[in-house]
Amino acid sequence: MLRYLAARIGLIVPTFFGIIFLTFILIRLVPGDPVEVRLGERGIEPERHAALLRQMGLDKPLAEQFLGYVAGVLRGDLGVSFSTQQPVLREFMSLFPATIELTFCAVLLGVLIGIPAGILAGMKRGSLYDHLMMTASLTGYSMPIFWWGLLLILTFSVNLHWTPVSGRIDLSYFVDSVTGFMTIDALLSDERGAFRSAIMHLMLPTIVLATLPLAVIARMTRSAMLEVLGENYIRTARAKGLSALRVVNLHALRNALIPIVTVIGLQIGVLLGGAIITETIFSWPGIGKWLVEAIARRDYPVLQGGVLIIASLVMLVNLIVDVAYGLLNPRIRHGR
Amino acid sequence: MAALETGTTKPSSRARRESLTAETWRSLRRNRGAMSGLAIVVLLLLTAVFADIVAPHGPAEQFRDHLLQPPVWSEGGAWRFPFGTDDLGRCVLSRLIHGSRLSLLIGFLVVSFSLTCGGLLGLVAGFFGGTADLLIMRAMDILLALPSLLLALVIVAILGPGLTNAMIAVAVVFLPHFARLMRASVLSEAARDYVVASRVAGASRWRLMTDTILPNCVAPLIVQTTLSFSAAILDAAALGFLGLGAQPPTPEWGTMLASALSFLQAAPWVVTLPGCAILITVLAFNLLGDGLRDALDPKLKR
Repeated sequence: MLRYLAARIGLIVPTFFGIIFLTFILIRLVPGDPVEVRLGERGIEPERHAALLRQMGLDKPLAEQFLGYVAGVLRGDLGVSFSTQQPVLREFMSLFPATIELTFCAVLLGVLIGIPAGILAGMKRGSLYDHLMMTASLTGYSMPIFWWGLLLILTFSVNLHWTPVSGRIDLSYFVDSVTGFMTIDALLSDERGAFRSAIMHLMLPTIVLATLPLAVIARMTRSAMLEVLGENYIRTARAKGLSALRVVNLHALRNALIPIVTVIGLQIGVLLGGAIITETIFSWPGIGKWLVEAIARRDYPVLQGGVLIIASLVMLVNLIVDVAYGLLNPRIRHGR
Repeated sequence: MAALETGTTKPSSRARRESLTAETWRSLRRNRGAMSGLAIVVLLLLTAVFADIVAPHGPAEQFRDHLLQPPVWSEGGAWRFPFGTDDLGRCVLSRLIHGSRLSLLIGFLVVSFSLTCGGLLGLVAGFFGGTADLLIMRAMDILLALPSLLLALVIVAILGPGLTNAMIAVAVVFLPHFARLMRASVLSEAARDYVVASRVAGASRWRLMTDTILPNCVAPLIVQTTLSFSAAILDAAALGFLGLGAQPPTPEWGTMLASALSFLQAAPWVVTLPGCAILITVLAFNLLGDGLRDALDPKLKR
């Protein structure tokens, strides 16, 4: 197991440095003069230009700049935002809980609906329910989620007035940020109705963000169930006279869970990508909206830092999934 | 079934390939979902090719007396504009029809690029192994660590918004998927007896790579191509929606949707109809791709 772990981590280190390199050249690929890009103005006098260039450390050789950048990254220094003058890492940390809250709820919804739906479809293969489930999940998989979000807003917010259109909580509530998670903070505060408001605000974005993972989890669960149900040990269990429920719970589900868990882990990257659109539609103050706004404002340090953190997180999650997979399935770790 | 096939040697002759096509088609025809997907794709292709004839009006033609006219099925609609008009008095149906051209073109160009470059990278990595393999696959790992939309956003942020740059961005995003798939199939094929036989018979490395191995790696790539086609359309539309893809007045579906956002309440059809177009197109390609996967991968046939 240790050797397997070491090999996995050994693979990730070069990738991590590759991503640092990628984000380093990213900012240098932007067309135009770096000082002008930084200041957002043109026609700077040569003396001032040279001084600024020195101040930003851009007059040093590229290799030295890169080493400085790597050293900064390893210290947790990701630069300063052009527009707010705040350290990128601090801005990220203040917005990240909003994205985690949304992502967590979306995964939860996807798992709570997707796994039972997939199990049922796998058990009743070829039935009307199976066909409906497969059609629904393929539709969910094909959904342009920006449009889906707008449809839900149009129906539930604009026409039915059931849910609010945007934000995390009603502006009339003043909730102190303790954990950064609005639902928990609202519960901790004394404001009545704050929790309800937070939940209502969370509802539609969660559904929108959960659509894609829900479809993927349901399909994956179905095919994993089909695979497992065809095995001999299931036939044995049935022949022993075990009830259908017992066969599924005790024998089939456990073995089917391994690929399902993997798929859920791999959805994290997809979710962070989906959060970009979902957060933009619902004005959800998280990482996705932050990055889209950074692009519009040409705030390159934010983009650079944000990309680096998200890529590192995705790699970390993939590593955890890989290791978990190795733990659950001895064939994998001994196979190499 | 699959185990039996592994045991036999696989000739790469033309006859074998034709029979594979026939077999695939037979299996595909039995699959109702795949056939409806195929029908929609063909219909879309025809619409795109004959857009100028099919569309009742020009995509940029403005009718100033008919601003935000509702579609024919709701009150105040007329057959002159079956899907209504947008805020500038342009016929929504005509714009959607011309938009199908763009969407299919986006899918085609993006997938051709990623298929060619990604396939080539995967072929080289899998066939030569060693340093080439290491370098190529680590580079692909870096691209894969970024969520696809984020990577596309970053590329567009550097290159600047626009349809061409959006297509380049999406193509780069798909590159690693093709490379990985190609490498995996090359590796599994290279160990087969028929490849060894060909090598023993004195085939050159080039011949081994292009004539012996490559044709047998096509099946998984076909599936990936179809599924990427829909993903490309979806991603390009998402970039258009975020204002980073095609710019107005281009009748790209995502862009159309974004520029109509402020009329969501007053004129929902300018938002809902482009979305329907995207959904139907993407769904059709996914149905077809799913059917192809079932047809080409005997392991999934149960």
